[in-house]
Amino acid sequence: MNLLLVLPLLVPLATAIATILLSRAPRAARAASFAGAAGLLAASGFLLSATIDGTILVTQSGSWPAPFGISLVADRFAAAMVVVAAVILAAVVAFSAAGIDAARERFGYHPLLHVLSMGVCGAFLTGDLFNLYVWFEVMLMSSFVLVSLGGERAQLTGALKYVVLNLVSSALFLAGAGLLYGSVGTLNMADAAVALRALPAQGLPSVVATLFLVAFGIKAAAFPLFFWLPASYHTPPMPVAALFAGLLTKVGVYALVRVLTLVFNRDPGFTSPLVLWIAGLTMVTGVLGAMAQTDVRKVLSFHIVSQIGYMLMGLGVGTRLALAGTVFYVLHHIVVKANLFLVAGVTRRVGGSFSLDRLGGLLGRSPLLAAAFLVPALSLAGIPPLSGFWAKYLLVRSGLEAGHGAIVAVALAVSLLTLFSMTKIWAEAFWKPAPAHDPGASTPPLSVAERASLLGPVLALCAITVAIGLGAGVLFRFADGAATQLLDPDLYIRAVLGTRGGGS
Amino acid sequence: MTFVLALTIGVLYATGTYLLLRRGAVRVVFGLALLGYAANLLIFTAGRLVREGPPIVPAGAFAPPVPSADPLPQALILTAIVIGFGVQAFALVLLKRTCQEAGTDDVDGMREEGS
Repeated sequence: MNLLLVLPLLVPLATAIATILLSRAPRAARAASFAGAAGLLAASGFLLSATIDGTILVTQSGSWPAPFGISLVADRFAAAMVVVAAVILAAVVAFSAAGIDAARERFGYHPLLHVLSMGVCGAFLTGDLFNLYVWFEVMLMSSFVLVSLGGERAQLTGALKYVVLNLVSSALFLAGAGLLYGSVGTLNMADAAVALRALPAQGLPSVVATLFLVAFGIKAAAFPLFFWLPASYHTPPMPVAALFAGLLTKVGVYALVRVLTLVFNRDPGFTSPLVLWIAGLTMVTGVLGAMAQTDVRKVLSFHIVSQIGYMLMGLGVGTRLALAGTVFYVLHHIVVKANLFLVAGVTRRVGGSFSLDRLGGLLGRSPLLAAAFLVPALSLAGIPPLSGFWAKYLLVRSGLEAGHGAIVAVALAVSLLTLFSMTKIWAEAFWKPAPAHDPGASTPPLSVAERASLLGPVLALCAITVAIGLGAGVLFRFADGAATQLLDPDLYIRAVLGTRGGGS
Repeated sequence: MTFVLALTIGVLYATGTYLLLRRGAVRVVFGLALLGYAANLLIFTAGRLVREGPPIVPAGAFAPPVPSADPLPQALILTAIVIGFGVQAFALVLLKRTCQEAGTDDVDGMREEGS
């Protein structure tokens, strides 16, 4: 039993239990919650340092040898995802000290955050498809409650859409897992990959691959099944939305990358064009949807959708550089997107509104907040030297090298429109003079405690974005290593199955 | 028998999808439940149907007798049923609260004027 692989699951679970027990003592619960997030960060750091040299860590739970037990596996990609998840959780918990109301804290806000992160980490680390379904449900169940916690009308109608479409996705995923078990008799990803080599690449495996594509596509909010996201992500309080925006859709992307590179990698003539089409349409519909919105939260929600397209683009192109681009993009994007939602939360607190029509003059009132908005916003649009520029550069270059000119053109155009959206928020909320009936005029200035709790995490995430941008070489080498592992599934298979999975 | 189950699964999927596309939120939640049942039956059938062959290894042997039923799909379905039960219970409560707040069970009527 390798403790490193189990800790990212145990720490959030223990924290969730502790925060439930401390629910009557909000201060202690908050402290425990923060300690748990810091603990997860430390655990994920150890996991990353153990996998960064290319080792694939494997643990068979209950010491049942694979494929009979559930394998937990961490390669570079999985370990890095756990690290970013821990970073976002820590930022969100710190933000929640002043950014969430006491009523929500009393009704299980902190335990739910940690159960959600347990589900997310489990989904990253599992090597078993049915177990992945279970982690998805752990994650979904806590997200269902988090999204509806508070019971405001807009929240409830948003939650209903969120719940229904995610459950449809789960049912499809379950059906896919059932069909896969029926055809190869195993659900261990490594074992299934080996067993599928004995079957023809077309036919039933393609059907199952499509089912997974649709199921994970819904979770990742890819075209055409992304409607649940802009209908629900703007309704919960901003720390919750930041956690969702950063992590949940990316779990879908991660699962897609994992399944298409490891298990269903034998029919790229069928999957690659499909993924590329989905990627292009996702980018375009997302960005066009964002242009029509005047609510900061909705603009940001639609941009999650369009950014998912970029991540899928790398998967569709499928070369080593492209997959490195996808890994880079996912890691950078999680930080940037969660940060933008946190900034929106501070904007609401300082400016009194989420609506671009009613906001204004924030540049004068809080120059620090304005700067903290610009960093992730420009990074999202891909302005050098911030992290988003390098992520887009990798994808565009890999697309050109592989001869996919059309998707590159789409990616560049969409990135221009992203810049338009971000400058719109900048001009309306920060730059233009405060409107006559300024809802922000009546908000009290930020207290010292609020500054630390609200602006602290935002600035920390900004620093990460700048650091990724300036030290892009380091992250690129890492992403390249992760892509090498993804493109050589035998490494993964040998690590999980031992000698049995040897030759191909 | 496989044919009958396949037919049942098809009917469940069709009914579930039809209900999901209706405007009444109650029907939508029933549709979700039916989709879940269909997936469970699909796993059951995909695990191959064997009558009266318990997968118990006889004394002295190292493998269960052939043909014997595969116990794993049933374990999977059991897990899926438990998860599905919890999720559907939550969906029903959410539905009830939403209908109370929105004053309608028409999904199209649940716009966000209130926000």
